[in-house]
Amino acid sequence: MLRVESVTKRFQGLVAVQDLSFEIIKGEILAIIGPNGAGKSTVFNLITGTLKPTSGQIFINELDITGARPHQVASKGISRTFQTTSLFDQLRVIDNLMIGYKWRTNLGFWNTLFHTPRWKAHQAETYQRAMETLDFLGLAEKHDQFVPALSQEEQKRLAIGIALVSKPHILLLDEPTGGLIQEETDRVTDLIRRVREQGTTVCLIEHKMQMIMGLADRIVVLNYGKKISEGAPAEVKSDQAVIEAYLGGEVHA
Amino acid sequence: MFTKPIHTKLLYLAILAAALLLPWYVPDAYIFQIVTMSVLYAIAASGMNLILGFTGQVTLAHGAFFGMGAYGVAIMTKAGIVFWLALPVSALIAAFIGLLIGLPTLRTRGAYFAIVTLCFGVIVWIVSGNWIELTGGHNGIFGIPRPSPIPVPFFGQIEFFTQTGMYYLALAVLLLVLFALYRLVYSVFGLTFMAVRNNEPLADSVGINTYATKLVSFVAGCFIAGLAGGMYAAMMGAVSPSAAGYMLTFNFLIFVILGGMATLPGPVVGAFAIPVLMEFMQFLDDYRMLIFGALLIMVIIYFPMGLVGGLRRLNQKVAAWRQQKFPESDHASR
Amino acid sequence: MDLFLQQVFNGIMFGSTYAIVALGLTLVMGILNIPNFAHGHLYMLGGYLLFFFASTIGLGYWLGMIVSVAAMGVVGVIMERIVYRPLNDQPHINAFIAAVGSLLFLESFALVVWGSQGLRIPNPHPQIIEIMGITMSIQRLLVIFGAIALILGLHLFMKKTILGITIEAVAQNREGAMLTGINVNRVSSMTFAISAGTAAVAASLLTPIFMLSPSMGAILGMKAFVIVILGGMGSIPGAIFGGFLLGLIEALGGGYISAAYKDVFAFGALILILSIKPTGLFGQKEV
Repeated sequence: MLRVESVTKRFQGLVAVQDLSFEIIKGEILAIIGPNGAGKSTVFNLITGTLKPTSGQIFINELDITGARPHQVASKGISRTFQTTSLFDQLRVIDNLMIGYKWRTNLGFWNTLFHTPRWKAHQAETYQRAMETLDFLGLAEKHDQFVPALSQEEQKRLAIGIALVSKPHILLLDEPTGGLIQEETDRVTDLIRRVREQGTTVCLIEHKMQMIMGLADRIVVLNYGKKISEGAPAEVKSDQAVIEAYLGGEVHA
Repeated sequence: MFTKPIHTKLLYLAILAAALLLPWYVPDAYIFQIVTMSVLYAIAASGMNLILGFTGQVTLAHGAFFGMGAYGVAIMTKAGIVFWLALPVSALIAAFIGLLIGLPTLRTRGAYFAIVTLCFGVIVWIVSGNWIELTGGHNGIFGIPRPSPIPVPFFGQIEFFTQTGMYYLALAVLLLVLFALYRLVYSVFGLTFMAVRNNEPLADSVGINTYATKLVSFVAGCFIAGLAGGMYAAMMGAVSPSAAGYMLTFNFLIFVILGGMATLPGPVVGAFAIPVLMEFMQFLDDYRMLIFGALLIMVIIYFPMGLVGGLRRLNQKVAAWRQQKFPESDHASR
Repeated sequence: MDLFLQQVFNGIMFGSTYAIVALGLTLVMGILNIPNFAHGHLYMLGGYLLFFFASTIGLGYWLGMIVSVAAMGVVGVIMERIVYRPLNDQPHINAFIAAVGSLLFLESFALVVWGSQGLRIPNPHPQIIEIMGITMSIQRLLVIFGAIALILGLHLFMKKTILGITIEAVAQNREGAMLTGINVNRVSSMTFAISAGTAAVAASLLTPIFMLSPSMGAILGMKAFVIVILGGMGSIPGAIFGGFLLGLIEALGGGYISAAYKDVFAFGALILILSIKPTGLFGQKEV
């Protein structure tokens, strides 16, 4: 569904990602793991157009999206979250989701100015879809609150919701449970499972090994920007290169 | 989705009635003139607020776009073009020049746009004072005709030769602009402006073309400034470089910030309250900008949403307190 | 030919002033990412303080200059402390607006205290000499050499002293510097002191040749911005090069094409450069 083909990214001589190739298959949960500084977030930034690859190509359903701008990538049905929870924190919860759905609609300048029939339909559709997503996230009661009033876990959920509201084909999650305690992590993990059940393909970056082993269908392991292993959790777990990269043992933690 | 509580609506109706009846209780021609000017300032400041308050782009050339509207109407009506055509054309020219400035500069984030618009404001001001063939140089242009009467079937015609006629014209345009801004801002489309202001990388990642959004906001704001400037020319009958100067930009900025950035009533409140207050405090004239400069800093630090934002917060606190004391009545206001 | 050389000389003189004013500005922008729109007004206030100390109090030119530069350093610290520091964690545009507020405040402060009439500081070195057909006063030469001395001094300061190296570290990576235990607030306030102080040096050198007026800071400040963008934000060599370049463009453009549109050339160049290379001629950093 999404294919990364021998992508390399250099920052002023420093190689962040080197000759990386992998594929995200429709309907799966793919995890990208690796030690700090392995280039995981850079991979997301390259896919979503925040960064341009030095060389290599990225395809979505055989369509070349290498070098497209972030909003163009998003409108191909690829949504993402950021490592540090990124929200529209001056706005209400429901506004955050409606913004996430906007590109699906035709709510432009003139339609809005003249309140055309199309505007009315799309405006209502946006609201409805946003409320639907809030239900899914378990945040329906908080729709009218401002973002800072939410707990950390709720904010993480909302961040996923902003990416999810537009019904993307692929959802890229950058450490969706970073900074959460075990209980909260479990709830968010459960949410991610439900996202997949809805038919959305998920690709996530994570540090928490236990969680990943239970959640992911496949795992790609990066170290120093290179892919050192790929496969089902059990295979990856026993891969010698992976164990070495994690200084032995930590994988089993 | 975006409804207002009933008592807020009543307040706005009362203000509208007061504005419509104004010529009857403000007989003093001088004060009336100041109020009419305030209407024009309110229009321009509302346009600036769209760019600055809602979209978060610090434009410091708003006076220049006001000036383009003013010079546009002055030059065209002197050349014999009817005001009703000259006004929209001038506003469109301002919008088009805004587009030309926005295209290279809105691609970047942060300080560049503010700096370039500040410099552009100065360029326009210098050019308006020196391009004698077009603008009359420092003396400006005199003898701009008033708008021609509009014939109304079975009624006669609406004339604009009196100050009162001009007042109602300006008021009508202000209401129209506010109505348009209301529709734009309180909608999903308007949320994209605020998304750009609040978190541009996130807006980008959820499929919003942030560059185009900023451009639309800036061009629309410039159009509104041009509209206000065009009416200024017809009302004053003369324009000079001060109608395009950067001090005008700073005045608009003061109206927006002190009145309440990112609120629709804010710039209007600022544009009315500040010039009228200044009339009553003539003795402070030398200290005017000393006070407003300091106020600008204090307000932005302690009340970033200005007077209207402060009042809203107070209103919310009162509502919360009421709810605590009388839980049955829930007038949650926003 | 004589006219050409004379224009080049004037261009270098203005350029050296521009270079030091832009240097101060680029330091602040590198450190805080704030466009200090009031920077030109610090220059203006520096000129008036020189007038106050040298003429009103009667300390004479050189002593007055030292005192006014020191006083402006204090003004810079105060400005950082009460205007910009409270806005550190707020949206960027709030600091931009506060900068406009300070600009209005400083300009009308000078207007209230010293009036709108132009004031003159007696030129301490009015003697005129002629070299290769170019007439120049000693004071004009002093502007050039004073500026060069200041630039060299500042360069040594940035490279050789701990404070200078710290400033550069903070400019390059604010969070990183904070993690290594650098007191970023102290660095910010020192940077403002240096920035305002250098603006005062520029004013002290140049104002004896021209009249003082409250509005003289506005245009100079904007030119400093043009230079900083031209040279790349936060780049010191860029500011120096840009300063001299702008001085020459203006002197030649003003001398040969149109004096009234002198300032338009500078701003025109700015918009042109931004359209082609938004990070400036020397810059790498996006602000």
